[in-house]
Amino acid sequence: MEKYVQIENVQMAFGTKQGPYVALRDINLNIAQGEFVSLIGHSGCGKSTLLNLVAGLTTPSGGAMLCAEREIAGPGPDRAVVFQNHSLLPWLTCFDNVYLAVERVFGRVEDRTEMRQRAHDALAMVGLYHAEHKYPHEISGGMKQRVGIARALSMQPKVLLMDEPFGALDALTRAHLQDELMKIAAETHSTVIMVTHDVDEAVLLSDRIVMMTNGPAATIGEILTVGLPRPRERLALANDPKYHATRGAVLDFLYRRQLRQAA
Amino acid sequence: MNKTLQVLLPPLLGLLLFVGIWALVAQTTPTLPGPVKTWASAVQLFSDPFYQKGPNDQGIGWNILASLQRVAIGFGMAAAIGIPLGFMIGRFQFLNAMTAPIISLLRPVSPLAWLPIGLLVFKAANPAAIWVIFISSIWPMIINTAVGVNRIPQDYMNVAKVLNLSEWKIFTHILFPAVLPYMITGIRLSIGVAWLVIVAAEMLTGGVGIGFWVWDEWNNLNVEHIIIAIFIVGIVGLLLEQVLVLLAKRFSYE
Repeated sequence: MEKYVQIENVQMAFGTKQGPYVALRDINLNIAQGEFVSLIGHSGCGKSTLLNLVAGLTTPSGGAMLCAEREIAGPGPDRAVVFQNHSLLPWLTCFDNVYLAVERVFGRVEDRTEMRQRAHDALAMVGLYHAEHKYPHEISGGMKQRVGIARALSMQPKVLLMDEPFGALDALTRAHLQDELMKIAAETHSTVIMVTHDVDEAVLLSDRIVMMTNGPAATIGEILTVGLPRPRERLALANDPKYHATRGAVLDFLYRRQLRQAA
Repeated sequence: MNKTLQVLLPPLLGLLLFVGIWALVAQTTPTLPGPVKTWASAVQLFSDPFYQKGPNDQGIGWNILASLQRVAIGFGMAAAIGIPLGFMIGRFQFLNAMTAPIISLLRPVSPLAWLPIGLLVFKAANPAAIWVIFISSIWPMIINTAVGVNRIPQDYMNVAKVLNLSEWKIFTHILFPAVLPYMITGIRLSIGVAWLVIVAAEMLTGGVGIGFWVWDEWNNLNVEHIIIAIFIVGIVGLLLEQVLVLLAKRFSYE
């Protein structure tokens, strides 16, 4: 389906003391099923705002948004979110954190055994089968983020929304999780929208990169199609001229065309 | 061994100094009994804590239990009303704005100012004392619970929204566990207040109870017993506090 997620003329304004502040304007974006799209831009360009709109956590002040031909009217488990700071509930074990999501989505159609199996499977997929009975404060930041991903995947969402999912991690852990995410997204044919400020991450993972202009009243500046074949391999790409060309194009947009406007 | 000594030595020294100063003051003030005399009196007192010789002469154990019972009833009712009320005030801004002026008006009122109202309404001393405990210990629980609900990280509420959890699941899986540490702090403060107030309330209402006992011993001019009562009140308060500190530790997640 070519227009799995449809965003049409979306505008977002927040009321402030000095009157309305327009964060986003004229956002038009269609995302196909199974596509991996990154939103990139400088801080304050409203990329997280856009993600929250798709998640339904905030309501746009103008325009229309559809997911699988249904209007996005609020948050729902069909659009699972991986938050930047994992957002696991500290009083539940990793397993129970995932199970809470599974139970919400499949509670009416499956029995307990089936749902427990789903939670096990989701944790196994991110390589955390052994840690499922640990509490969030007992595991590392990278592992917490994996549980967050497992929780989102366990709901079998139509769209996976990720808000700088690896932003708080060290470089090595980040690279490792990027590789895993790439593998998981390919296996599950997930549709993914990811907010990032990491150019390499965007090029490595995405089918298309949505580059946003600076706020206020930010909009989509350019959409770049990443033509690299899959499966992609981090080390092989290091010497790939096409990879460098794509990377160069994103950097050019961010640091030549957008930074000058901001200054 | 060395470590336990390091932990125990300072408080022991402090207690020793305290008893020393007390002994010294007692030396120069003939009416104030010293530590040795008080200890002897305490040993005698606790050798038979549960005797009963009529309504105004009962063992110290009965007096302590009577006070604890009043605190338990008054505090229990305050918790049963204050904690749910705190949750609602924290969750619904309208209710918060509605109750804020009442709470700020009534909270600073001295506990004993409520006693006449209690006597008037209940026409009996015992329920009036319980009423005073109730009204003076309810505030910390309302306020702390409400603050706890307000301070729930937005992340957790976002999780609830994305998962579309039912209001009941939000309560059992997010609100309640997140607020629990705040609630326990409120309970701790409340128990402290309740135990603080009971002595004064019982002095005024009479009957059986540690506060009444202090007053009775004052009328008998048995100063040793008054000092013993002060220690009992302190030790019981300390124990109540410690139980709640343990409880709080059990429910802290980070």
